[in-house]
Amino acid sequence: MNPHNKSIEELKDIAAQVRRDIVRMVHAVNSGHPGGSLGCTDYFVSLYFKVMNYSPKFNMDGQGEDLFFLSNGHISPVWYSTLARAGFFDVKELATFRKLNSRLQGHPATEEGLEGIRVASGSLGQGLSVATGAAQVKKLNKDNSLVYVLMGDGEVEEGQVWEAAMYAAHHKVDNLIATIDLNGQQIDGSTEEVMGLGDLRKKFEAFGWHVLEANGNQFETLLPALDEAKAATGKGKPVMLLMHTEMGYGVDFMMGSHKWHGVAPNDEQLEIALQQLMVKHASDY
Amino acid sequence: MKDFPYTEKKDTRSGFGAGLLELGRTNPNVVGLCADLTGSLKMDAFQKEFPERFFQVGIAEANMIGLAAGMTIGGKIPFTGTFANFSTGRVYDQIRQSVAYSGKNVKICASHAGLTLGEDGATHQILEDLGMMRMLPHMTVINPCDYNQTKAATIAIADHEGPVYLRFGRPVIPNFTPADQKFEIGKALMLNEGTDVSIFATGHLVWKAILAGHILAEKGINAEIINIHTIKPIDAEAILKSAAKTGCVVTAEEHNRFGGLGDAVAQVLISNSPVPQEYVAVNDTFGESGTPDQLMEKYGLTENDIVAAVERAISRKNK
Repeated sequence: MNPHNKSIEELKDIAAQVRRDIVRMVHAVNSGHPGGSLGCTDYFVSLYFKVMNYSPKFNMDGQGEDLFFLSNGHISPVWYSTLARAGFFDVKELATFRKLNSRLQGHPATEEGLEGIRVASGSLGQGLSVATGAAQVKKLNKDNSLVYVLMGDGEVEEGQVWEAAMYAAHHKVDNLIATIDLNGQQIDGSTEEVMGLGDLRKKFEAFGWHVLEANGNQFETLLPALDEAKAATGKGKPVMLLMHTEMGYGVDFMMGSHKWHGVAPNDEQLEIALQQLMVKHASDY
Repeated sequence: MKDFPYTEKKDTRSGFGAGLLELGRTNPNVVGLCADLTGSLKMDAFQKEFPERFFQVGIAEANMIGLAAGMTIGGKIPFTGTFANFSTGRVYDQIRQSVAYSGKNVKICASHAGLTLGEDGATHQILEDLGMMRMLPHMTVINPCDYNQTKAATIAIADHEGPVYLRFGRPVIPNFTPADQKFEIGKALMLNEGTDVSIFATGHLVWKAILAGHILAEKGINAEIINIHTIKPIDAEAILKSAAKTGCVVTAEEHNRFGGLGDAVAQVLISNSPVPQEYVAVNDTFGESGTPDQLMEKYGLTENDIVAAVERAISRKNK
């Protein structure tokens, strides 16, 4: 059971609050990655406030709970905000993001014991392997819950992703739901310019995966896709959700460009962004 | 000089295989992963007896390390197996981020380390692995000296919470340590007490140090020989105590002279009470094809090389 189980209207409000957190967090330290964070906000809010079964009282082993792994660790702001808003730790701690002695490292880490994080990520391409291992242990432990992992689209340029993709299909790891954030952007430009990804649906299908696609910035399309992904588990194939998002979604001047991958807004830009991210009951940290 | 009788020669990798099999029977949380080298790593007995706890990864070592990190979540104790080169150099970043920095309870078990891999040549003869693994925070680094010790170490590391690099090899060498030994991580083992020089050796060089001890005894040199099976954390107390007694040190390892046992010992000495130290190690070069014995001779890792190093160390002490 999801501990929050919110309605779509409530999810939208939470997503706006998370987006406010994201832009404020990266603005406060003039660093961090707002673009991908904003684009994936609806996915994170869906998982933690509707889809996943878990306890906000964190334990590393997570037996009997759905697990989530973030492979593209640079979008840590959206994860930190979502975890705090979901009750893993105090939202006030978001103010320490990327600062000295913080548990909220630039990229997610376990070293400081931040609740909700099970493995460090940042160096790309490793999360699918980790999630696959965790999923296989769930099977060994006769634990029927699921393992989720998110990757960036640029990230699949890393070879390890394809090692893991081959392995998960070969070993029939069918309690695994991977998602690729298809925003079409990476640091040096569009994915098509930098390193064309080709037809990811056909590629993953050829690797033996069950592949779904959805718009990841509309709860009305994303939630049914996540339900469908869940329904596709247990059938001998790992599940891949190709999630189309817009980098910077929710803040108009950040949308549709790779330029906001790793750049923080200035004071004026922050004010404009916050005006666009209105929340019924704003509770900024 | 003490005698170290033995009844058979065995490979250390088989000690690993035997230890893993015993762990399979005694610890239900132990799982094995292998990257298409199950026979070479002697993991086949474990695979056969515990197929549900063995994971064939194929030729994909980066994935193997990530899988192992993930398998700790839920309480398993993964033992990964491949050659030392593919266990470290190929997957350094995966070990660094997903295992060491993440504090995962993964046991990275590496065979065919060093020159004694033999004919396959330098592509496979890693001589930098101890250094790479030593540099990683949280990592424990172990290089046992014979079959019995490798088996005991394999069993012991399952009870140690945290990442471990366990290094062993291919050649058959005298199996002289006790079959019933209790392996204590981080504890140097005194093999022969002496007064003139301290020889600190690890892995395959421990037996060479014993051979050197006999040659030295004939020359009237009374060598203290200590087996440093754990390179990290290193037994500083044992090193300092011995060095204080003998006044000079020789380190011996099947590794590049940079980053391995010699540097670990030097670091202890220089931070406390420096004494003359000589290295028996590969002199910053790659290996090549050849038989293990030919290679050990060409690259200066024989008992005679240890004897020569001892004589240099003693002459520096007496200056």
